[in-house]
Amino acid sequence: MIEVGDLVVDFGETRAVDRVSFKVAAGEAFGIVGESGSGKSTVLRALCGLNRHWSGRMIIEGAQQGPVRSRAFHRRLQMVFQDPYASLHPRQTVDRALAEPLRIHGLDDHERRISRALREVGLGPEHRFRYPHQLSGGQRQRVAIARVLILEPTILLLDEPTSALDVSVQAEILNLLQRIRRERKLTYILVSHNLAVVAHLCARVAVMNRGRFIEALDVAALRAHRTQQPYTAQLLRASEGYDRQAAEALVTYD
Amino acid sequence: MTAPLLDIADLHVSFRTPRGVLEAVRGVSFAMGREKLGIVGESGSGKTLTGRSILRLLPGAAELHAKRLTFDGIDLLRATSAELRDLRGRRLAMVMQDPKFSLNPVMTVGDQIAEAYLAHSRVSRAEAREKALHMLEAVRIRDPGRVYALYPYEVSGGMGQRIMIAMMLAPDPDLLVADEPTSALDVTVQMQVLAILDDLVSERGMGLVFISHDLTLVASFCDRVLVMYGGRLVETLDARELGRAQHPYTRGLLACLPQLSGTEGDLPVLSRDPAWLEAP
Repeated sequence: MIEVGDLVVDFGETRAVDRVSFKVAAGEAFGIVGESGSGKSTVLRALCGLNRHWSGRMIIEGAQQGPVRSRAFHRRLQMVFQDPYASLHPRQTVDRALAEPLRIHGLDDHERRISRALREVGLGPEHRFRYPHQLSGGQRQRVAIARVLILEPTILLLDEPTSALDVSVQAEILNLLQRIRRERKLTYILVSHNLAVVAHLCARVAVMNRGRFIEALDVAALRAHRTQQPYTAQLLRASEGYDRQAAEALVTYD
Repeated sequence: MTAPLLDIADLHVSFRTPRGVLEAVRGVSFAMGREKLGIVGESGSGKTLTGRSILRLLPGAAELHAKRLTFDGIDLLRATSAELRDLRGRRLAMVMQDPKFSLNPVMTVGDQIAEAYLAHSRVSRAEAREKALHMLEAVRIRDPGRVYALYPYEVSGGMGQRIMIAMMLAPDPDLLVADEPTSALDVTVQMQVLAILDDLVSERGMGLVFISHDLTLVASFCDRVLVMYGGRLVETLDARELGRAQHPYTRGLLACLPQLSGTEGDLPVLSRDPAWLEAP
C-alpha cells in the first residue's frame, strides 16, 4: 500500500529525514512518534507532496511516486493538520470550505456530498453556514476532517490531529477517527508526540529521533515497555508524569 | 498558626461585553502556603485569569472583585499601582507559557535576566551580570557564559523556558505563578524544567501556583490540585489522591484520556451537566 525506502529530506545543511524506510499495509494504522524537530511531520509532508525536495523510493498504492503528484493522487491521499484554527479559511463558511475540494476535483452533487460529510463527522445542518469563528475547536477539527472525507480518500495522513484540543474534545475526535477508519477501511499514518494517543489509534509505531527511525514496535510491546532502544524507554518514562528520579536520569540521545 | 502566603476569598473576574456581563471567574476561594499548588482546567475554565489575578495583571477590560486577596499579609485589593509594581517581579513572579512571545527578541538573554534583577536590587551592572550567570547555572544551563550572549531566536524552546524561569527567580520571589510553563515543550524537556522548579521550590521555600490543562501531570508534580470548571472551583484534591476524585467533571476528565497502559474501543466522552456550573 505505502512503501517508503531510504527517504531523505534536507533543509540546507540540515538532514531533517535520514534514510527512513517503512511499509504500511492497506487498512493499517501506523504511528510515528518523536519530539519536536525529529522529522516526523517532514515525513508526512514528503508523502503527501507538500515537500517536493526529497530523495529515495516512495510507492503509494502500487505506483512509484515522484516529486509532483497528479490530481487523482491528491484525492486518494489527504492530510489533516494540527491546528484547525489555522487550517480553515476564516472568511469561508463551512459550506464553502467543503465545496472547494469538490470543485477542484470536478465532483458533482455537492448538496448530497456536503450534507453526508457533515453527518459523518457528527455536525448538523445548523453548522453548515457558519464561519470558523462561530465554531468550537472540536467542531473546527470535525470540519477539517469532513473536508478531507468528502473526497473519499483511501489514505489519511494525520499530523497531531488532537494536540490543539482540550482532552475531553480530544477523546471525541479520537473516537471519530477510529470509527471512520473502521467504516471506510482507511489507511492512517498518524504523527504525534503523545504516545498514549498513538497507542490508542495505531497497531504499529515507529519512534523517530533526529531524522531517523530508531525503532519500530507493535503497540503491545509499547504498552508493556518492551523497547529495544534506550531513547524509547526514556520517552515512555517521561510520558508517564513527573518523577524526580527519572528527571535526573535523562540523557540526550544523538 | 501563621497566616497563609496567599489567601483568596470569593474572587470574581468579569468582562462587560455588548451582550452583557461575562463572568469568567465566579467565586474562587483558596489559601496556600509555601507549597506546590496546581490549578487544572480546560480552556475557558478561568484558570489563567485566576493566576493573573494574584499579580493583579488582568486585561484592562476585566473587573476584579474579591472579599479577600492577600499575599503575605499585604492586601492586594487596596495596594496602589506603585506598591504592586514593587511586589511584582521582586516577591511575586510569573512565568508564561511561551518564551517566544515573552522574551525581548533584540536583547541577549543574559542581559534580560540581569535587567530583571537590576530592577529590584541596588547592585552594580557587574554584580547583576554575575547574578544572571549564576541563575543560568541554577536552571542547569551548561556553559552559561556562552548562553548569556545569545539572542532568544538562538535558543531552543526548552532553554528559552529555563531562561524565563532564571529571570523570574533572580530576585528570589516568595511566590511564583507558572501558567502552562511546560506545555510547549517536549516531554523529556518538560521533566527537566519541572525538576528545576521542584528543586527551587524546596531549596528556597517558595510557593508555586502551577496552572495547567494536564491533570495527570499536575497530580504527579504538585502537592494539591484545584480543579476549575466554568469559572468555579469544583474540587480540591490531595495530588496523591487523584484516583479518589469525587466530582463527575474530574472523573470524566481522567476517564477520557487514552492510557498508554491500554485502552480498548471508544474512549468515554465527557457529558457536561449544567448543574456543574452552579452547585460546587
